[in-house]
Amino acid sequence: MVGIVTYGSYIPKYRIRTEEIARVWGDNPERVKKGLRLISKSVPAPDEDTATIAVEAARNALRRRRIDPQEIGAIFVGSESHPYAVKPTATIVAEAIGATPFLTAADLEFACKAGTAGMQAVYGMVKAGMIKYGVAIGADTSQGAPGDALEYSASAGGTAFVIGKENVIAEINHTLSVTTDTPDFWRREGQMYPRHGGRFTGEPAYFYHVLTAARKMMEVMGTEPKDYRWAVFHQPNGKFPLAAAKRLGFTEEQVKKGLVTPYIGNTYSGSMVTGLSAVLDHAEPGDRILAVSFGSGAGSDAFDITVTDEMANYDRNAAPGVWDQIERGEFIDYALYVKFRKMLRMGGDPIA
Amino acid sequence: MVVPRVWRERVARYRMVGKKCPACGKVYFPPRDVCPTCHRESYGKMEDVELSGRGKVYSYTVVYQNVLGYELQKPYIMAIVEMEEGPRVTGQIVDCRPEDVEIGMPVRAVFRRLGEEGKDGVIVYGYKFVPDL
Ligand SMILES: [Zn+2]
Repeated sequence: MVGIVTYGSYIPKYRIRTEEIARVWGDNPERVKKGLRLISKSVPAPDEDTATIAVEAARNALRRRRIDPQEIGAIFVGSESHPYAVKPTATIVAEAIGATPFLTAADLEFACKAGTAGMQAVYGMVKAGMIKYGVAIGADTSQGAPGDALEYSASAGGTAFVIGKENVIAEINHTLSVTTDTPDFWRREGQMYPRHGGRFTGEPAYFYHVLTAARKMMEVMGTEPKDYRWAVFHQPNGKFPLAAAKRLGFTEEQVKKGLVTPYIGNTYSGSMVTGLSAVLDHAEPGDRILAVSFGSGAGSDAFDITVTDEMANYDRNAAPGVWDQIERGEFIDYALYVKFRKMLRMGGDPIA
Repeated sequence: MVVPRVWRERVARYRMVGKKCPACGKVYFPPRDVCPTCHRESYGKMEDVELSGRGKVYSYTVVYQNVLGYELQKPYIMAIVEMEEGPRVTGQIVDCRPEDVEIGMPVRAVFRRLGEEGKDGVIVYGYKFVPDL
């Protein structure tokens, strides 16, 4: 049996409300709150980045189950906001959790689905018997251009999964992907902020890939929506995953527990995996979960997962759960947000 | 901080790995090669020990000066934390308002950016502390 041995998430403490961003840009906050179901988003502290978030998520996973880090054979960190352009985040994580030196490590990029691409990679390596444990992390400190619609959602957070064969709390029954060349969202080298195709991001990008991956999974597994207790879909906002669920025949009850974006925003590579983490915080043995990520560019990774009896022996309380962390937020205003996100030009900075 | 030093000190700074004297059992952080009490008995025998990261605020100060690299975090809290294992460690307390810190407050270590060698230089990571809720 190959699956999740332990998992952990990290969400920065600071938050900004939709009203506060709307106040600065003269937008109607109700349009964003009702239309996109975005109430607030997480903001990283000035000394946090994708590496620190990835390390904290991995440490939360290791608090819940104390595996020997020397038995970790691979670490992949998926992100679109790695702190270095050249110098892997995964090396920093490996050192910080004591997994060095005998392992392989790499950073992955695929917009919001780089974390699940990492899950598939370590799942394959564990299944092939190459490694005992593999760590896959999705983490980001994403930014939208000031005043752009993305600014309401682009946020920070991450989740780590340790995949192995022993003491599996959630078996990965199957995983598959859907990939096409679809330019719905991109950032060119050297550009600070990404650009997106506006309305083009919906139907041909998000919905085509998420729905196709979910339907293909149910076709392969011979399942229907009612066979799953929980479903998690990538959450670029609070509206898309609910719409995807409805079109596939899932109820709001099945997706509610894993729907975290309305409160913490879109954590990009951390998004679907943090939703899955929130579901695992509450799942019981026997629960079946359908989880589908989406990355612009574009593609989806789908996972069919069953929670095992081992969950009963697992110490979930040894690290804070996703909803615990969501409730611990401290709200800041736009001025502090601008400072925290280093959007001010400081003395000594070159003229852009 | 120059690159060789950043590299040399990474294990201590990332994972709070100190040294334990096999003779008297005292734990030192930052790590020491010799126990100042047991001298020769400890020489070459000091054992690596990874601290739990948990401790209590022994003393603290709130820094209001402009310190290079900390402009965005001002005012910030610098504390001496008495670790569970005994050593007293200097570190910043983050995710905490200056008015909320107090002596004896339980804290735990977290992984944060300590600084960077300019915009094109190496990023230095290591431990800071947060209130342990
Ligand atoms: Zn001694």
